[in-house]
Amino acid sequence: MENLFGKIAEVDQVMSFFHDNMVLMFGGFGGVGSPPLLIDEILEKGVKDLTLIGNDTGFPHIGIGRIVSQGRAKKVIASHIGSNPIAGKLMTEGKMEVEFSPQGILAERIRAGGTGLPAILTDIGLDNEMVSNGKSQFELNGKKYLVETALKADVAIVYAKKADSFGNLVYDKSARNTNPLVAMAGAITIAEVEEIVPVGYLDPEEIVTPGVFVDYVIQSGGVNWKWAWESN
Amino acid sequence: MGMGIELRNRIARRASDEIRNGMVVNLGIGIPSLVPEFLPTDMRVMFHAENGILGMGPSPAVGEEDENLCNAGGFPVTLIPGGSYFDSSLAFGMIRCGKVDLTILGSLQVSEKGDLANWIVPGKKVPGMGGAMELAQKAKKVIVVMNQCDKAGNPKIVSSCTLPLTSAECVDLIITELAVFEIKKGKLWLKELFAPYDIQTVIERTGCGINLPEQIRKIAY
Repeated sequence: MENLFGKIAEVDQVMSFFHDNMVLMFGGFGGVGSPPLLIDEILEKGVKDLTLIGNDTGFPHIGIGRIVSQGRAKKVIASHIGSNPIAGKLMTEGKMEVEFSPQGILAERIRAGGTGLPAILTDIGLDNEMVSNGKSQFELNGKKYLVETALKADVAIVYAKKADSFGNLVYDKSARNTNPLVAMAGAITIAEVEEIVPVGYLDPEEIVTPGVFVDYVIQSGGVNWKWAWESN
Repeated sequence: MGMGIELRNRIARRASDEIRNGMVVNLGIGIPSLVPEFLPTDMRVMFHAENGILGMGPSPAVGEEDENLCNAGGFPVTLIPGGSYFDSSLAFGMIRCGKVDLTILGSLQVSEKGDLANWIVPGKKVPGMGGAMELAQKAKKVIVVMNQCDKAGNPKIVSSCTLPLTSAECVDLIITELAVFEIKKGKLWLKELFAPYDIQTVIERTGCGINLPEQIRKIAY
């Protein structure tokens, strides 16, 4: 296939972007919509002391949970870690710092990071010390708001159904979740996709993430973990 | 949560009475997920999921699951006609703007003023708040379904929550295996009793004073 924009890559070509101490943002919700090949390659490369930003820590053997369970993250910014007991254990033992952000606020902080906004104002968790601690407050029209800072990453990894060679992305059902937001918030964004098509093959009306946000497109081999709902 | 399926179904059935035609409803995991089974088949409800679905349908048959169509708990669901997919930002935009009419959640404690504590047991269980704060704070109506007492026998309805709050003064209705409570203007009222329980039993298993109206409905199922 023509590679006019130089974005279609083999996974080996993008692995140089992953290094110790980096900030890595990932798409997915409970592992649904997380990129399996990139996660495995990151594990394989052995990078550590990562700061991970994403909705949740998956399950121990599903999605980003694989990286978390191996103790490769020094910090996680997420809304939930309950489905990954190893994440809870690492946090309790002081081996991994966890910053909890309410789910929709986390999504909006990522969106802010990806759309050039420094912060957002919210009243979610305003009266909740564990959310409001250490954050500035701002008064607007007589009401108080928390200032929630934008989130960005050195590299953002996402999973999509289809990409064209410009990196325009189409997602699949609920596997969309945080992916369109995460795709915008990486200094480098790598999309792992089920199918790569030439430009012109996607209906412009169905494109969710314009290719301008995507730097590299990798062919996926599909999910290689067993879901919690699958028997045996 | 150590409660038999009959009691769980009883609570879910009562919760389903709160759902009206045309509502947008978000259900938590556990007992709330049983609620749709008790809705009339001709009722039109749009079930909302935090991971970006409006119009969730029932679980698919075994073998027909789609790994990319799951609820917020990660389990396969289906989509009803009129349903849509969107990203997490929109999913929560809907919640914050009050487009979700009703949320049904589990809880660890609820205070007589309607404070909700359902996200953390310090030093023991720290799963994170997920989307519970936004739902509790911004859904138009918040219903809590839970056991009357915890495993140690301590009442879960209390004068003041000892666990960290998810959101203050947000709960409208509490349904337990014993009774239905309403919180109106910061006060707890006993609304209904499940057979065979009596008022005295409910009072004994509640950690705060209860206001008693003249009429208390008895639920036979």
